[in-house]
Amino acid sequence: MARRAGGGNDIQWCFSQVKGAVDDDVAEADIISTVEFNHSGELLATGDKGGRVVIFQQEQENKIQSHSRGEYNVYSTFQSHEPEFDYLKSLEIEEKINKIRWLPQKNAAQFLLSTNDKTIKLWKISERDKRPEGYNLKEEDGRYRDPTTVTTLRVPVFRPMDLMVEASPRRIFANAHTYHINSISINSDYETYLSADDLRINLWHLEITDRSFNIVDIKPANMEELTEVITAAEFHPNSCNTFVYSSSKGTIRLCDMRASALCDRHSKLFEEPEDPSNRSFFSEIISSISDVKFSHSGRYMMTRDYLSVKIWDLNMENRPVETYQVHEYLRSKLCSLYENDCIFDKFECCWNGSDSVVMTGSYNNFFRMFDRNTKRDITLEASRENNKPRTVLKPRKVCASGKRKKDEISVDSLDFNKKILHTAWHPKENIIAVATTNNLYIFQDKVN
Amino acid sequence: MSQKQEEENPAEETGEEKQDTQEKEGILPERAEEAKLKAKYPSLGQKPGGSDFLMKRLQKGVWGIISYPLSLDVLLCVDKIEGDYNMAKAKMKNKQLPSAGPDKNLVTGDHIPTPQDLPQRKSSLVTSKLAGGQVE
Repeated sequence: MARRAGGGNDIQWCFSQVKGAVDDDVAEADIISTVEFNHSGELLATGDKGGRVVIFQQEQENKIQSHSRGEYNVYSTFQSHEPEFDYLKSLEIEEKINKIRWLPQKNAAQFLLSTNDKTIKLWKISERDKRPEGYNLKEEDGRYRDPTTVTTLRVPVFRPMDLMVEASPRRIFANAHTYHINSISINSDYETYLSADDLRINLWHLEITDRSFNIVDIKPANMEELTEVITAAEFHPNSCNTFVYSSSKGTIRLCDMRASALCDRHSKLFEEPEDPSNRSFFSEIISSISDVKFSHSGRYMMTRDYLSVKIWDLNMENRPVETYQVHEYLRSKLCSLYENDCIFDKFECCWNGSDSVVMTGSYNNFFRMFDRNTKRDITLEASRENNKPRTVLKPRKVCASGKRKKDEISVDSLDFNKKILHTAWHPKENIIAVATTNNLYIFQDKVN
Repeated sequence: MSQKQEEENPAEETGEEKQDTQEKEGILPERAEEAKLKAKYPSLGQKPGGSDFLMKRLQKGVWGIISYPLSLDVLLCVDKIEGDYNMAKAKMKNKQLPSAGPDKNLVTGDHIPTPQDLPQRKSSLVTSKLAGGQVE
């Protein structure tokens, strides 16, 4: 149910930019698999199925024409991961980038972690805008001079050059995961980070690549007894000893690393009780949590399952404090969504900078925002049809059944191939990045 | 579905009450969907959360976990079987529903995979389209 955005404190979202190809024929490699702003919001990174990372940089605001915030332009792009083959198991290792996480900036260079299913890499992105000239033994084009022709000496000097942005892999953290990595999360100590696969979570030090500590292991001795897998994990934003991980059964466990070296026993277990008479074949599948994110404050965490977004207060384990329905109308389509595998789609979710609004994606290139204070929600669409800058986006509405009003879309006309799985919110401003299959949309609130 | 009324009220508490109502109303569609699925696939196991199902989810997965030490000969046999299985699966249609037993149509062992047979997967040397082309 959407109220028309406008008036008062409501944000009016406007199209700003779209990146990517227009053609309908999408190459697999171009499928966007992760989107992440850095800590200042100046940089926006995307990863794709082809193992490539593209980083956009926000241009400095033009003080004279301040009708919009700076645009994001390509800053750097590089091949982060390559396809590999595990000969022992006859399995392909996809180069798809599952997650990117930025380190906070400590010096002139930027650092990010990117991961595929098996290997995490630390990338350094640095700028070069000067180069040395006037070598004695080398010509300007790099050829070596015959030393016997050198009659005078000069001191090489640095001269300005066109800005070059270089990405280089500084650390490669490999061979620690038997199963597929689904999450990485940098600790608030800025020295360690965790990586989680389906059954295990490892703790790494950013400087050390040849070993990691296993801190969670839910692999049963007998695999026949396997009942759940880890779906996401994240460090607490402020407490360096605390992290959470979510499961395919809809539970979240909070662990304290001070309690023991192996955190197999949780400190807190967050689970909403379910009426057993309500159970169906689909219950467990749709309760599987696809994403978990702490609020910036660290007081709350948000989880995304197939049909809803839930906000949990860390002080209350037995139920979420808020629940928002993303696309409840899909409940009567679960059979076909199971058949076409859409029921297994992993939607992510994110907070705005002040933790007052949460956002998540849906189908038909729709995405949803829920304002926690006003309890109002809105559905918007990422589409090239609205691509005039500063055009306010029109709210969308899906009609579940019965009479379809004008401008409403019926559930049966939704395009389930157009899914928005990845969204990101600028840490300080009302700028959002929304990824459709192969395009990246940037929306901003209307600046008067 | 008539859940619009609940969501329209900017109440302080979204919580349990409304959730209960929604779930009770939603239960009939979910059960109806379950009946539809079972009618189409009668061999579907009762509990989707069973270990078979999850093992598939562990994906292309570590197939046949071996938790006791084995001689190299046995390990090589297992790998060959796994390799054959994956090759045969790759030939079959991609979508499968969890079934009670092994796939009866799967034929393995008719072809020994060599490195040349493996799909040549080169990394994309092409720059991402996000980095080039239309910037609007």
